[in-house]
Amino acid sequence: MQPDEILDYLIPGIMLGALYAVIAIGYTLVYGVLQLINFAHSEVFMVGAYSALLALTWIDPSTNPTALVSVLLVAAGLAVSGTAGAATAFALEKVAYRPLRRRNAPRLAFLISAIGASYFLQNLAGKLFGRDSRALPTLFENKKVFSVFGTQVTILQLLIVCAAVLMMVGLDYLVNRTKLGSGIRAVAQDAETAGLMGVDIDKVISRTFIIGGFMGGIAGFLFGLHLQLSFTMGFLPGITAFAAAVVGGVGNIRGAMMGGMLLGIVESFSSPIFGESWRYVSAFAVLVLVLMFRPTGILGERLGRSA
Amino acid sequence: MTTTTTDFAPTAATLAKLRRKRWYQHPMYGRLVGTVAAAVLLDVMSGPQGSREDVFFSLDKSLGSMRVVWWILGAVALWAVMEFGKPLYQRFLGPKVGPLDRFTTPVTEPVKAVTAQARAKTADLRRIVWVRLGFSAVVIGLLILLPNLLSTFWNQVLVNEVAIYVLLAIGLNVVIGWAGLLDLGFIAFFAIGAYSTAYWTGAMPVDPPFKLNAFLVIPVAVATCLLAGLLLGAPTLRLRGDYLAIVTLGFHEIIYLIAKNADGFTNGPRGVQGISNFGIHIGPIDYDWELDPVPYWYLLIGIATILIIAFLRLEHSRVGRAWTAIREDEVAASATGVPTVKFKLMAFAIGASTSGIAGVAYASKARFISPESFLLLFSVLVVAYVIFGGMGSLWGVIIGTAFLAWLPQYMKDWVDPNDRFMYLGALLIIMMIYRPQGLIPSVRRKRELSMAKAGLGDADAMSEPAGGRMT
Repeated sequence: MQPDEILDYLIPGIMLGALYAVIAIGYTLVYGVLQLINFAHSEVFMVGAYSALLALTWIDPSTNPTALVSVLLVAAGLAVSGTAGAATAFALEKVAYRPLRRRNAPRLAFLISAIGASYFLQNLAGKLFGRDSRALPTLFENKKVFSVFGTQVTILQLLIVCAAVLMMVGLDYLVNRTKLGSGIRAVAQDAETAGLMGVDIDKVISRTFIIGGFMGGIAGFLFGLHLQLSFTMGFLPGITAFAAAVVGGVGNIRGAMMGGMLLGIVESFSSPIFGESWRYVSAFAVLVLVLMFRPTGILGERLGRSA
Repeated sequence: MTTTTTDFAPTAATLAKLRRKRWYQHPMYGRLVGTVAAAVLLDVMSGPQGSREDVFFSLDKSLGSMRVVWWILGAVALWAVMEFGKPLYQRFLGPKVGPLDRFTTPVTEPVKAVTAQARAKTADLRRIVWVRLGFSAVVIGLLILLPNLLSTFWNQVLVNEVAIYVLLAIGLNVVIGWAGLLDLGFIAFFAIGAYSTAYWTGAMPVDPPFKLNAFLVIPVAVATCLLAGLLLGAPTLRLRGDYLAIVTLGFHEIIYLIAKNADGFTNGPRGVQGISNFGIHIGPIDYDWELDPVPYWYLLIGIATILIIAFLRLEHSRVGRAWTAIREDEVAASATGVPTVKFKLMAFAIGASTSGIAGVAYASKARFISPESFLLLFSVLVVAYVIFGGMGSLWGVIIGTAFLAWLPQYMKDWVDPNDRFMYLGALLIIMMIYRPQGLIPSVRRKRELSMAKAGLGDADAMSEPAGGRMT
C-alpha cells in the first residue's frame, strides 16, 4: 500500500465504521439493560434491509429517478427500515426474552433463546424471499460529491456517514437528556433499585429494544445500498459490531461508537495489507487482543453511566 | 384507647377510577392478538419457498390467499374455546370431581400404585452394580445388532450423522451441561481434529515429517485440540462468561477462514481428498475400515463407550463437583477455594479434545473434508441438540441428539431440509421458555433451574466472574 492510497481505504473505512457503530449501539444498549448479548440483533439489521427492499420494489422506482424523487425514495427507505427494525426488536423482546425474565431464567437460557430467535428469523427470511442475494433498486446515481486530497467521496458514503452521525447525536441526547434516557441508565446501573424508585422496568427494556431496533433497521437499509442483500447478511456485520461494542467497552455507548469506527477502519485497511479474504478476521484479532490487555474495553465498561 | 386515624387512603371511588380499564385492555384481548399473530406466522412459515425473481411471491401466496383467512379463523376459534370454554367448563363441570374421574379412578389408582412400586424397585436395582452392567451390556448388544436391521442408507445416516453428532454432543455436554459455559465454536475443534488427520496421514498439500495411522492421529489430535482450547480459553475464561460465547464464535470464523483461504496448507475451498482410513496392521492382524459403514459404527460405539465411562467417572469426581459448584454459584465456589478458572479451562479443553476425536473419526470415515463441512451452523446445531436432550444429563443428551440427528433425514421427503433451521430456532425458544431442563433432564440441573427461578443461584457459569462485576 502506497502512502498516497491511505485515504482510498480510510474513507470507505469510516463509512463501514459508521455502520458498525450504529449496529454496535443496538448491542450495547441491550447489554446495558439486560446484560445479555442480543444475538438476534443481526437479524433485526437483516429485516431492516429486506423491509426496505419490499417497500422500494413495491414503489417500483423508474430507472433514472430525478433528484427530488431520489430524496423521497431514500427517506421512504429510512422510514420503512427503521420502523420494521423497531417492530422486530419489540416483538423479539416480547416473545424471546420477556417470558424468560418472568421465569428468572439463567443467562445461558437467554443466550440460547437469542440464538434460536436469530436462526428462526434468518431462515424465515430465507424461505420467504429466496436464498439468493438480491440488490435494492437503484435509488440514485452514486456520483462523486467532492474530493479530499484527490480521493473522491461519493453520495452514498456521505449519506451513510451523515445518517449514522445524526442517529448517534440523537441517541446521545436521548440517553443523557430525556426522561426515558435516565430510565435506561437507571435500569442499566441497578434494575432492582430502579424498579423500587418507580421506574417501569418492562417499559424501559421494551423501549430500549425499540431504539436499538430502529437504528439497526436503518443500518440494514444503508448497508443494502452499499452491498447485496441476502438472508445471512446480518451475521458478519452483527458479530463485527458486537466485537466493536466489546472493544469500546460493553454497555458504554460512546465506546460502541468508537469501537465501531475503529473496527471499520481496521477492516478496511486489512484488506490491502493482508489480502481481501482475511478482512473479516481482523475484527476478531482486534477483539482478542483488546480482551487480553484491557478486558473492559478501551473506554471501559460503564453500565448506566453512558455519558 | 382510641386514636383518631387520618384516612390517607384514597376513597373507593377514586381507586375504582384508577383501576378501571378500557374493555380492550383486558388481558384476554392481548391473548387474542398473540394467537392471531402466531397463526399468521405459522401460515407464512408453511407457505411456499420464495422465488428469486419475485420478492413478493411467497408472501403473496401465503398472505394474499384464502389460506391466511382460514388460519386466522382457526386461531380465533381456538382463542374463543380457551377463553370462554374454560370458565364454562369450570362452572358446570369443574368443581365436581371431574367428569370422568368416577370411571377412571378405579383403573388409574391401582396402576399408579403399581408404577410407584416398580419405580422404587428399579431404584433399588439401579444401586446393584451387576444389574447396571447387565443393562448396559443389553443396550450395547442391541446397538451392535442395529445395523443389521437397517438399509444401507440408514446405516450411512447412523454413522455420518447420528454417531458423529452423539460424540460431539457428549463432549459439548461437559462444557455446557456440567461447567455451564456456552461454547459456540465447538465445530472449530472438530475441524482441527479433521485437518490434523488429513495432515498426519499425508493427504494435505504439505507433507508431515512422518505419516501416522489414523488411530495414532487420535492422541495427536487430542493434544492439538487441548492446546488450542487452552490458548483460546486462558485469556477469555477469566472474563465474564458471555464473552466466551462471542470469542468462541470468532474463533470458529477464524478457523473456517483459515481452512478456506490458506490454500497452500489446507487446499482451500476445494477440500482435502484421500485421507487414509482407520486400519490395524499389527503382526497377524491386518484389517482396514473400508467403505462399508457398519464397521465404523462398531468403532464409534467403542469410542463413545470409552468416553461415556470416562465422563461418568469424571462427573462424580472432585472435578465434576467443582464444575457443579462453579455452575451453581461461581462467587461462592471461588470463596470456598475452588480455583474456578482452572476448572473452567479444564472443562473447555476436555470438550475441545472430544470434538477433536470426533473430527478424526469423521475425516477418516468420509475421506474427504472441505471447509463447508465446518460451518458455524453445525456449532449451533450441536448446542441445540445438547439443550434439547437436557444439558447435564448424559443419557438425555445422547438420546436427544440421536433423535434430532435422525429426524431431518426421516422428514426430508415432507419438509424442505433448508427450513429445518427455522423450526430448530423456534424449538430452541420454546424449549427455553417452557422446558429449559430439556427432554430427559438431569436431576441436579432441574433443581438448579427451579432454584434459579425462585432467585437462588445461577444455574450456569455465565454471570459475573469471581470477584464481582468489573466497573
